Amino acid sequence: MASERRLRIKTLVMVLAMVVCANAGDLMLKRGMSQIGAVQLTASGLAQAFRLTVTNGTIWVGIFFLTGFMLSYMTVLSWADYSYVMPAGAFGYALLTLLAVVFLHESVSPRRWVGVVLICVGVLLVGQTKPRTTAVASEAAA
Amino acid sequence: MRVILALTVLILGSTGGEIAVTHGMKATGEPARLRPLALLQFLGRAVRNGWFWAGVPLMALSFYALLILLSWEPISLVIPASALSYVVGTLGAKYILGEQVSPARWVGVVLVCAGVALVAAG
Repeated sequence: MASERRLRIKTLVMVLAMVVCANAGDLMLKRGMSQIGAVQLTASGLAQAFRLTVTNGTIWVGIFFLTGFMLSYMTVLSWADYSYVMPAGAFGYALLTLLAVVFLHESVSPRRWVGVVLICVGVLLVGQTKPRTTAVASEAAA
Repeated sequence: MRVILALTVLILGSTGGEIAVTHGMKATGEPARLRPLALLQFLGRAVRNGWFWAGVPLMALSFYALLILLSWEPISLVIPASALSYVVGTLGAKYILGEQVSPARWVGVVLVCAGVALVAAG
């Protein structure tokens, strides 16, 4: 029982890390790309966009967070089900809406609120199921 | 027609890629502890797994399909449509990875899929 509880807690921690990193990364990329401005779809336009993105600090902060997302995703998938982690990660969409309302005072349509509620109920349902239903290679074998 | 094709590539690419990575990670085994050194060793083992490298190009392909779709259709159509990958991914988890998807998990996945579609549609 204790190990089951431990499994749940470390899965929860990693899913939270995933959600925070993915949202922070997307936000930073969006901010960085708006500093750069609209990209022209020509050879010289793309070359210039490439130069501006690799020298933009905000973009690199975004890449740092998205790398953190990928690493936490890989780590949690080493012990938890894909069909558990993937829907649980959708909690980020609900979180983003709540953050937009609380901090940016954005108005949210009723349709979007319904979506937030559906995501929260769905994530709670998935969260109640067993995080792991398949065998995992043992550490000793590796 | 081309939109449906690109959407298919988007969904199958992302779920296929993630299923391959999951398979690779399960073969890698979980890290002994969640400490920096143990995690680095764990990631070192993970990237030496072939399934990981099978997953990466599939995810890249899916990302290109997303970019192409976004150049044709508004984001409020593309992201809700791509929410179908929650259902496709769960089917893959069940039939390819052999995970047990209980009725409660299925209901949760379908709610999440509908919820993401509604949130992204605005």
